[in-house]
Amino acid sequence: MARITMREAISQALWEEMERDPRVFILGEEVGVWGGTYAVTKGFYDHFGPERVRDTPIAEAAIIGAAIGAALTGLRPVAELMTINFAFSAMDHIVNQAAKLHYMFGGQMILPLVIRAVGGGGRQLGATHSQTPDAIFAHFPGLKVVAPGTPADAKGMLKAAIRSQDPVLFIEHATLYQTRGEVPEGDYIVPLGKSTIQREGRHVTIVTYSKMLEISTKAADQLAKEGIEAEIVDLRSLRPLDMGPVLESFKKTNRAVIVEEGWKSYGVGAEVASRIYEEAFDYVDAPIKRVAQAEVPLPYNRTLEQMALPQVEDVIKAVKEVL
Amino acid sequence: MEKRDYLDLYHQMVVIRRLEERSAELYQQGKIGGFLHLYIGQEAVSTGLISVRRPEDRIITAYRDHGVAINCGLSAREVMAELLGKATGCSRGKGGSMHLADVKKNFWGGHAIVGAHLPIAAGLALGDVYQNNQAVTVCMFGDGATNIGYFHEALNLSKVWNLPVLWVCENNQYGMGTAVERASAVSEIRRKADGYGMKSEAVDGMDVMKVREVSARLYEEIRNGSGPQFLEVITYRFRGHSMGDPERYRSSEEVKTWLENDPIGIYHRYLLENDIASEEELQQQIQMAEEEVNDAVAFAEASPEPPAEELFKHIYVEG
Ligand SMILES: Cc1ncc(C[n+]2csc(CCOP(=O)(O)OP(=O)(O)O)c2C)c(N)n1
Ligand SMILES: [Mg+2]
Repeated sequence: MARITMREAISQALWEEMERDPRVFILGEEVGVWGGTYAVTKGFYDHFGPERVRDTPIAEAAIIGAAIGAALTGLRPVAELMTINFAFSAMDHIVNQAAKLHYMFGGQMILPLVIRAVGGGGRQLGATHSQTPDAIFAHFPGLKVVAPGTPADAKGMLKAAIRSQDPVLFIEHATLYQTRGEVPEGDYIVPLGKSTIQREGRHVTIVTYSKMLEISTKAADQLAKEGIEAEIVDLRSLRPLDMGPVLESFKKTNRAVIVEEGWKSYGVGAEVASRIYEEAFDYVDAPIKRVAQAEVPLPYNRTLEQMALPQVEDVIKAVKEVL
Repeated sequence: MEKRDYLDLYHQMVVIRRLEERSAELYQQGKIGGFLHLYIGQEAVSTGLISVRRPEDRIITAYRDHGVAINCGLSAREVMAELLGKATGCSRGKGGSMHLADVKKNFWGGHAIVGAHLPIAAGLALGDVYQNNQAVTVCMFGDGATNIGYFHEALNLSKVWNLPVLWVCENNQYGMGTAVERASAVSEIRRKADGYGMKSEAVDGMDVMKVREVSARLYEEIRNGSGPQFLEVITYRFRGHSMGDPERYRSSEEVKTWLENDPIGIYHRYLLENDIASEEELQQQIQMAEEEVNDAVAFAEASPEPPAEELFKHIYVEG
């Protein structure tokens, strides 16, 4: 196993899938000549050529719409949205088209499509460029929404997404690209829709995903020094949502904190907490806590932005409150 | 035009240039965060365009907005303070480089979602028509923005409703790393207005006097009820798309050729050759601009951070 960055892991998955299957191609803004604004597709244009690494105009609706159309003909497009904030410019095609066509036409239409999108705050990009709107997309049946938090999962899940028969929104976090981890070489697949226990512990269950896995792990490290053992469940996939490991862990610890980067209202934490209450009410020893972004559009100023984003201390505080 | 006016245009362009150069330094020092899109090379566009607007005319643009802000009359101080995220910035430190605005000066902002401000511009103009204001809305955007649906919806609507909008495409040859002809079905961008039955023209954006002249005429026509018009301004951004652009998509020879058309240099020569100003007077303007920007940086650095309660302010209108 090699220790590589999240960026390399994603890049590797794309590269291997394109080598394996000629139906796989990439389209998006600056994916070709530029090499991807986050350098994920660096070198792809020279190797695979302009037919398979297609630079598009700035036209998100057309990018997703055309990807849907191409997928309907049997191709396996990987559409890149430069950031997830631009998904709103393609909202109809994502939620009204991609998420509906298979069902609405009685299963006739199959669209094996992957939409890669970079999300997350913390880089002073201001209100329109810093969002974590994952929960919005997870609201729609018909769409699969995944957001890996480790390089290995990123590689394995992107491969699974490309081979999936369904439209998958694959959410990457801009501040995780440099994160390193052990990643199996070659054909490594992590099935979509499977949560996993990332760290074992017996006092409290922290449910999280994506960037917040990093924050939660740091919190767990500090808590461990005080003798508090937190178990961390990484959701990895928001839809379908696999509650198995969450419930299993909760039945052991009887206490949970859910950590997400997006806003709390109507968010991932709201969903997970309700499901715990619905499915494991008898095991509840303390009210479940949610840690999430302050309910404001993210400001540019660094201090204010960091105030609004969930921090390690927020997770520690919430854990202590449920203990 | 009085001599004063000529010198003022020169002054504005030099302030913008210096402000951008200093911003780049401050970005490298980590004092400016986020994205920083410099206007260097395009100074003549907004300077000429905005020099003939009336106070009631509305200006709206994309994220490459520092120069536009200066031309709209924002002080270098409040622009620089915003870039540093300070409480004294025009958006109180909450907007940053891409989101400068001063509504009192009829500058309706920098907007960071490509093309999203075009329909908003149509709405500003609609508001004026509705309320019988004799104002023109000037909407600036890049060549890349003409490929997104918003552009087409807004142009069509403005024509259908005969709105007083001057659509100004700053064709700087690239949208990020994508050359116009790689992304746009027609590379003569003004032709896109044809599809909406809209009158259009093109102008050399490196020549502030030419931009000013054509703008003055178009404002007048629109004010007199011509309906929306389209102006393509041919220009070039001398720096990368934003800080950290590896610029693999263009050759240094190409950049060099354009650098010879420096809008400030062109105007400088124009003023000398037409005996409007002496070299000494221009040097004096450069000196003044330098001091103004130094003062702005000092002001911004000394300004306070926004207080913590600012985080929860302005989510909704208070009261
Ligand atoms: C809807 C949307 N898609 C993509 C982006 C990312 N992006 C920011 S600027 C830009 C290029 C715009 O080019 P152009 O309109 O020519 O303006 P210029 O930067 O040259 O001034 C892109 C793709 C965005 N901000 N909004
Ligand atoms: Mg451009």
